[in-house]
Amino acid sequence: MSNKVIYAIYNDDDILMDAVKKTRAAHHHIEEVFTPFPVHGLDKAMGIAPTRLAICAFLYGCVGIAVATAMMNYIMIQDWPQDIGGKPSFSYIENMPAFVPIMFELTVFFAAHLMVITFYMRSKLWPFKEAENPDVRTTDDHFLMEVAVHDNEEELISFFQSTGAVEVKVIDKH
Amino acid sequence: MYTFSSKLKTLSFILMAVGILGIGYGFLTAPKDIQDVEKLLAAESHGGHGEAKHEATVASEKPSHEPSANHSEANEVKQIDETTAVVIPTSDSTKVDTTVVVEEAQVVPVVKKEGAHELSAEEEHNEHLNHVLHQLQNKPWSALYVACIFFMLVSLGVLVFYAIQQVAQAGWSPVLFRVMQGITAYLPVGSVIFFVILILSGLHFNHLFIWLDPEVVANDKLIANKAGYLNFPFWIIRAAIFLTGWSLYQYYSRKNCLAQDEANDNLYYKKNFKLSAMFLVFFIVTESIMSWDWIMSIDPHWFSTLFGWYVFASFFVSAITTIALVTLYLKSKGALEHVNTSHIHDLAKFMFGFSIFWTYLWFSQYMLIWYANIPEEVTYYITRIELYNLPFFGAVVMNFVFPLLILINTDFKRISWVLVMAGVVILGGHYIDFFNMIMPGTVGDRWFIGISEIASVLFFLGLFIFVVFNAMTKVPLLAKRNPFIEESKHFHY
Repeated sequence: MSNKVIYAIYNDDDILMDAVKKTRAAHHHIEEVFTPFPVHGLDKAMGIAPTRLAICAFLYGCVGIAVATAMMNYIMIQDWPQDIGGKPSFSYIENMPAFVPIMFELTVFFAAHLMVITFYMRSKLWPFKEAENPDVRTTDDHFLMEVAVHDNEEELISFFQSTGAVEVKVIDKH
Repeated sequence: MYTFSSKLKTLSFILMAVGILGIGYGFLTAPKDIQDVEKLLAAESHGGHGEAKHEATVASEKPSHEPSANHSEANEVKQIDETTAVVIPTSDSTKVDTTVVVEEAQVVPVVKKEGAHELSAEEEHNEHLNHVLHQLQNKPWSALYVACIFFMLVSLGVLVFYAIQQVAQAGWSPVLFRVMQGITAYLPVGSVIFFVILILSGLHFNHLFIWLDPEVVANDKLIANKAGYLNFPFWIIRAAIFLTGWSLYQYYSRKNCLAQDEANDNLYYKKNFKLSAMFLVFFIVTESIMSWDWIMSIDPHWFSTLFGWYVFASFFVSAITTIALVTLYLKSKGALEHVNTSHIHDLAKFMFGFSIFWTYLWFSQYMLIWYANIPEEVTYYITRIELYNLPFFGAVVMNFVFPLLILINTDFKRISWVLVMAGVVILGGHYIDFFNMIMPGTVGDRWFIGISEIASVLFFLGLFIFVVFNAMTKVPLLAKRNPFIEESKHFHY
């Protein structure tokens, strides 16, 4: 079976949104949508599951505060509890106000950086990665919806022409 | 038009009645004179677990003296003067002990010394009793003062939030403007009661502000040096100007908003915009001075530069929480047609953000003083940590840890019961925050959240509910011709 896909190209995000809703209503499976900028509400219209990146970030933050606490407790309290300027180093809690700035910063540091790296990994983004846009105009002023073809080529072409596409292409994908 | 449900009205009356009874009880049971205090202390030290309690008071006596008991400080100075005066002749006499005359003279100072010593012990006891008497007499007054200033500042915070929304031309909040105006209707009422309490303090009905006592000022150089700022006429005039200024903005901004409903152009909207901008400038100056006058001057030996911001953060987050709670209530009654979960979500984000902001200022003030540990500043926190340990750190848990964990979740910010729970905890936490700011300087180790405190809160809560919901029945709950009202009706996040 050949991997034929339809590229329906639009030049307006409102028309695109309508087309996405119609396509979903007609039960055609949308493979991908390429847009030059974030289209508000597109993910909802496509029925994409909400991101869990925020949950990741929260957990990474917990790791950060644990690292900060363990590190400073070991260095300042357990390993070498010196009297530095009269600060009480008998227990962690006694000297805690002095550690809070570091605990805060490490929490933010871990949450932010690990979340960004998670984002890169999940989105498969890295330097020297080959760009994947199917039509160069999608980074400038055109919107493209990709739908798989299953022996219903004619029907799909007429369907997408009726949704206001400026261009409908059938492409053999390898 | 919103109708004040009879149940809520009855509830507010019950709260006020119970509150007045409790406040009255607090004033009636406060000790009248030193004899009462002596009996009280005797009962405390001989009772079952009274002994441990007494020890605790003795141990914690030192810090509690510092902010509130300038009488005893002055007395200590006197005592030292007397003993040194006694010691000097004795040491002189040891130098020349050859003559009989000198020996005779030596006897006299010894007798004097003993007499002076005994006297000072008795005096010290009396000073202690007097000190405890003042603390116990202050207790119902402080309870009233904390509740009064808390509710008044909550209403002021709503007014500030309202002004900011106008100046920022926020597109989401105009559907809530009438709710905010309703809540700020409490401000003039609360201001009057608050001003009366300030005047009563000036007329020496209580010892909330020790610098208002001329005897204290005469014996205390630190306070005497501040008399140019901390004197009753100047202080009460400042208070009058601040309270009047805020209430004037409240009155005119509401009037303009109602006039805008009937107008054909946006003249009144523009007027309100300019008025709000001017109010915000006036507010930030007066708020800072207000925090020195009404809260920091309770501990006149202590000072902190970020105190004004800290107080602001405390009542501002309470104010936003109050808006959220009132909105949720009105929404549940079906009175706010155009308010959706996105509006609620935005309010919850503000609650969350300003809870963190409060914590940031709380910690900044605390850590700077803890780290440098300069004695004249650190007594403030020593008093609080030793005597108010649970309220002091409990406030951080209620105002930071709890909202942080609950309100960080986007979905939770849209669920009414989660928000109500978080809101109640935040409001309780900030009441305790004000309690922590005021009580240590007025009642010291004699604090307790008992009948006086709870009754004062109930009274002002009842009054607040009555005034606020009564004001909301007067005008429709949706502004008609606000330029942003359409956007706000369709606000979606």
